[in-house]
Amino acid sequence: MRTFDDDDTNHLFILERAGFGALIEALSDAEYEVIAPTIRDGAIIYDAIISEVDLPSGWADDQQAGRYKLKRRNDEALFGYAVGPHSWKKYLHPPEQLLWRAKKKEGGFDIHAAPIDTRKRAFLGVRACEIAAIEIQDRVFLRGPHIDEAYRARRENTLIIAVNCGDPAATCFCVSMSTGPAVRSGYDIAITEIISEDRHHFVIDAAGDAGRTVLKHLPLRPAGKKGLQAAEAVTAHAQQQMKRSLDTDGLQALLQNNADHPQWDNVASRCLSCTNCTAVCPTCFCTTVEDHTDLSGENAERVQHWDSCFSGSFSELGGAPVRRSTKSRYRQWMTHKLSTWIDQFGTSGCVGCGRCIAWCPAGIDITEEAAAIRKGANS
Amino acid sequence: MARKHIPKLAVWKFASCDGCQLSLLDCEDEFLALAGVIDIANFPEATRTKKRGPYDLSLVEGSISTMRDRERIQKVRRQSKYLVTIGACATAGGVQALRNGRDIAEFMSVVYARPDYIDTLATSTPISDHVKVDFELRGCPINKSQLLELITAFLHGRRPAIATTSVCAECKARGTVCVMTAKQAPCLGPVTQAGCGAICPAYDRSCYGCFGPMESPNTVSLKEQWRNLGANEKDIRRAFQTFNAGAPEFLNAARGHADKNN
Ligand code: SF4
Ligand code: SF4
Ligand code: SF4
Repeated sequence: MRTFDDDDTNHLFILERAGFGALIEALSDAEYEVIAPTIRDGAIIYDAIISEVDLPSGWADDQQAGRYKLKRRNDEALFGYAVGPHSWKKYLHPPEQLLWRAKKKEGGFDIHAAPIDTRKRAFLGVRACEIAAIEIQDRVFLRGPHIDEAYRARRENTLIIAVNCGDPAATCFCVSMSTGPAVRSGYDIAITEIISEDRHHFVIDAAGDAGRTVLKHLPLRPAGKKGLQAAEAVTAHAQQQMKRSLDTDGLQALLQNNADHPQWDNVASRCLSCTNCTAVCPTCFCTTVEDHTDLSGENAERVQHWDSCFSGSFSELGGAPVRRSTKSRYRQWMTHKLSTWIDQFGTSGCVGCGRCIAWCPAGIDITEEAAAIRKGANS
Repeated sequence: MARKHIPKLAVWKFASCDGCQLSLLDCEDEFLALAGVIDIANFPEATRTKKRGPYDLSLVEGSISTMRDRERIQKVRRQSKYLVTIGACATAGGVQALRNGRDIAEFMSVVYARPDYIDTLATSTPISDHVKVDFELRGCPINKSQLLELITAFLHGRRPAIATTSVCAECKARGTVCVMTAKQAPCLGPVTQAGCGAICPAYDRSCYGCFGPMESPNTVSLKEQWRNLGANEKDIRRAFQTFNAGAPEFLNAARGHADKNN
């Protein structure tokens, strides 16, 4: 796999700002539905776009624990913000999915599986932490004993156009989780946006055939060494800007050895068990299924929807939840995310995107909570 | 073959605005298609015909606020295999529960020209304070698709799939941008039960708490967040004193019982 670290820069090109619209056109011409960042209701969310005017040109975000605010930049950057409340999970692992329908017949019923979504989608503006999150969900849905065919179809029909982050939010901590800010793999096309006093352009790179086919339609020039250096400077700046961190040293054992730490009571007094953190987290994958019948009793269907370790029914056994207290639910969430996930899947379940921090109505910060557990911990 | 039993459904009204019965009327199309599958034996908002009990399923709207109703609900219970309460009045006493703990005689003298004509209890209480209730369907008013889910579940002997988590879960499922986080609008969603489909935040309003307390409401923490967003104690009290004012968790939140500093 070629990366920006390669000496050879033959695969790196320059796309001027004026030519950027051609990328979206090329994607539409190739029959991709283009999903990209766009502004709605005071935030940058992900939705289908028609053209480059739908992108949040000149906008940035101010993020803190429990707060998100759009602000103007002093340039017209197309990607000058970090991640918002949506993640690509909304497309790859949607909040609600019909699994099957059944119809009663003599002596039983017929089952019809739900149709599988095979629409081609191009995700434009995928950040490094988000690629890491998609790879984590791939491991869950595609590399376990059970393969989720609907997920596989959606994943295989997705083209990933990554963007290297230039201005992380105050809630980001991908450096601690080794998932960013630079995109290293897992993309079809990667873009770095470069803005100087008198010029606005992109360094662009493709990996694999699908990405290269799209690039053929764009007005490109070779980037050369200078292009590579400019792109690397963007990453270096982003890395320097990142103020938040999570100390992962020995964290896996630390959390498992401190189930009785007083900090769990402290966080439980603030936690609303509202499920926002798990919904915005790009790696959280838990679901439940519901069966519905119609009034006649002739038809039934099974629907899968997002569930959360913060809900009571999530740990229900024999009619009552095993994890009754909010304390046990928060502890389950954080311990799974940062510790037992490693036992289970070989990586942390956290990619450091900061969404759970910004979108927690109580402003609970996973990095602060982990630091508090470390203080006065059993080793 | 034995004749198929056609389940009898009855709807009962106590102290309420009829809004929840209207949600049921709204299911008209679904019911028409099923003439012969369900026998609607009593439904005052829809028809004057009234069949005798017993009933397979009784839906009860409204709270208990008079002596007469206190006795009537016992009769309804005796005639019903399942009794399900629908809406904030029936499940929490409704907005009329605001009078609980206050001077009812004074209220009557202010509101009515002839208070001596009024026959009322000093309190408005949920049905579950008086008889055994098999399920409580929340909302002011209730949600039509939840009502259909509830009726089909009871008729087919399965557990209704009705979530007791927060409104936030519905906001996130529909992709609404959180108004509390992005607009600094104090929202009741985190302590309110889902079911409405998170309509208000989708229209740039914070949640009013129509569906009452969710399964594990941390009102103390939410109030602290509201204060951080600039809400004062009066705003907080008011927010918890609407349709579900009588629900114990909201009542305590309004009175500040569980707060550390009160
Ligand atoms: S940590 Fe925050 S977002 Fe998560 S359940 Fe608790 S209050 Fe909600
Ligand atoms: S736990 Fe929080 S910071 Fe980590 S990946 Fe999930 S949302 Fe992002
Ligand atoms: S808008 Fe209100 S209900 Fe929706 S997620 Fe935010 S706090 Fe929860």
